[in-house]
Amino acid sequence: MTERFVTRGFVGRRDQGTSDDGIAPDDRRRRTPPGQYLTSDFPVLSAGPTPRTPLDRWSLRIEGLVDRPVEWSWEQLLALPARDWVVDISCVTKWTHLDMRWKGVSVDTLLEGVELDPRAAFAIAWSDGGYTTNLPLGDVLNNQAFVAYEYDGRPLAPEHGGPARLVVPARYFWKSAKWIRGLRLQDRDEPGFWESLGYNNRGDQWLEERYSGD
Amino acid sequence: MAIEWQLGTVSSTRDETATVRTFTLGLPAWAGHRPGQHVDLRLTADDGYSVERSYSIASEPERAREVDITVERIPGGEVSPFLHEVVVPGDRLEVRGPIGGYFVWEAALGGPLLLVAGGSGVVPLMAMARHRARAGMSIPTRLVFSSRTYDEVIYREELDRLAAARDGFEVVHTLTRGQPPGWTGFSRRIDEAMLADALEPLGAATRAYACGPTALVEVVANALVRLGLPPDRIRTERFGPTGT
Amino acid sequence: MSEGRAMDERMQRLADMRDDPAVDLSLDANAIGGLLAGIFGADVTGSDGRCASCSTVSVMGTMRVYMRGPGIVVRCPACTQVVLRVVETPRGTMVDLRGVAAVRLPG
Repeated sequence: MTERFVTRGFVGRRDQGTSDDGIAPDDRRRRTPPGQYLTSDFPVLSAGPTPRTPLDRWSLRIEGLVDRPVEWSWEQLLALPARDWVVDISCVTKWTHLDMRWKGVSVDTLLEGVELDPRAAFAIAWSDGGYTTNLPLGDVLNNQAFVAYEYDGRPLAPEHGGPARLVVPARYFWKSAKWIRGLRLQDRDEPGFWESLGYNNRGDQWLEERYSGD
Repeated sequence: MAIEWQLGTVSSTRDETATVRTFTLGLPAWAGHRPGQHVDLRLTADDGYSVERSYSIASEPERAREVDITVERIPGGEVSPFLHEVVVPGDRLEVRGPIGGYFVWEAALGGPLLLVAGGSGVVPLMAMARHRARAGMSIPTRLVFSSRTYDEVIYREELDRLAAARDGFEVVHTLTRGQPPGWTGFSRRIDEAMLADALEPLGAATRAYACGPTALVEVVANALVRLGLPPDRIRTERFGPTGT
Repeated sequence: MSEGRAMDERMQRLADMRDDPAVDLSLDANAIGGLLAGIFGADVTGSDGRCASCSTVSVMGTMRVYMRGPGIVVRCPACTQVVLRVVETPRGTMVDLRGVAAVRLPG
C-alpha cells in the first residue's frame, strides 16, 4: 500500500471547550476513555428519519424468556419508580460527554415484575425505525442500564431518542438504543444493527472495543 | 474501478463573502467534469487520522486542469475552519472526482433552465451558469436564489454581471433574514408562488435543478410538481451541514 | 389510498421534516458517489436502483443518506427502508447490500 499523503497543518478533532463544567482537569483525563475527545455538546447522530410514534400508541415491552410478557403504556412508564442518573457517555465516533443528566427507570425495575427463565442470557433491544442492539443480560442488570425519558431536566427530544431511549453508560452509545420499544430476553445472542456490520459485539469503551476483532 | 485520488495544488483563493471562500485547485491530471458534479476532498493528519468531505465544483469545465470549490466556514466544523484558517496557496490537497451522474447539466441538454438555490446550494448551479455563458448559448435561464442577507449572497457581483449580459439569464434574489435599505426584492422563503412566477416565462419544457438544505429542496421539488413540471425534469441535490 | 389522504400524508411528512433536525443530517447518495464507485466499480449516482423492500426504482443519487453516526445508511426515498449500509473499520470496509435488489451499472 502506498504511503498516505499527509495534509499540512491538519490535526482533526481536538478537545472542545469544557473548562466550565466544574470538573478538575485530572478527573477529566481519568474519565475520558482511550481515543476519545471531550465535548459539552450532545451531537445528533442518526441512521434514519426520526420516528414519531404518538404517545397514545406507544408502549414498552419485555418479552421472550420470561414467564409472561409485560407491557407499559406511556402513562404507566412514567408512574414507575424513576431516578436521576448522572453519567459519562462515550460514542464510538469519539466524543465523550461527562456528567450527562438523565431521568428514567432502571432496567432492574422493569424486570421486577417478571420471572426470568434461567436460560435467559441476552437482552435484545428493539426500537421504532427498525434499530436493534444486543447486550449480555449481565450488562443491563444491577443499575447498569436504564430507560431514560428526560435529559437535562427536559423531556427527551425526538432527535435524541425521545420519548424514551435505553442508556447503558458503560458501553459505547450505539448500545443505548434510541426510540426503544422493548427488550427481548433470549438464550442466544443476536448481533444488532451495527454489531452485524463490523462493530464490536460488546462495545466496552474502556477496552476500546469499537470494531469486531478489537 | 474506484475513482482515484489525485493531488491538487491550491493556486489561489478568493473570498466570496465574510464566511465563504473559493479555492482554485490546479490538477494536472484532471480529465474534465460536467457542471453539477462534485469532488471529494481527503485530509489526513500525521497520525493517519483522515476525514473526507464532498464539495461541488463551482467552475465551468471550459477551464482546463483546474477546479474551483467554494466552501462556507461552519463554526465548530472539522474541515471548513481548517480550509479557511490554515490552507494557503501552494498547499496540496487530495482530491477525487469528478463524481455525479444525476445532478448534471450541460448546454447540449438544452433548456429552458430553472435553477433554485438555497445558500451554498448555489455552487453547483454556478458551474452550470458559468458553463452556459462560456458556451455562448442564450438558453432562457432563471436562477431563484435564497440567501440570508445581502452581504451573504455568494457570487453576488458575478451574478449581476451575468444578468447584465442580457442573453436570457435572470436572477431573482430573496433575502430571508435582513434586507438593505431600499430593497425591492423578495424577503420570504422560496415558495410555490415565487416559483410559479419564475417558471411562467420559461414554460413547460423547463429543466429544473434545485440545490440547498434538505427542507428547502423538498419544498421546491414538491411545488414544481404541483406546478406541472414532470418529475423527471426536476433534479435535486441536498446539502446537509456539509463542509463542516 | 384516496388522493386526498395521500396528499395529507405527504403534507404531514413534509411538516414533520421541517421540524426534524435529523432531516438536515440526511443528504442524497450523490454525496457518497465516490464510496459507491468503490463498491460498484463505477459512478452509479446517475443509475437506477431497485429497493428490495418496496421494489421502487429510484436513481441511486436520489436515495437518502444518513452519515452522521457509526456508519453510512442509505434509505429508499419511497419507503425509507434501508437499501445499503457501510461501515469503515480498520480491517476493511463492511458493506451490507441486502436492501439493493438490483442496480443498473452505467456503461
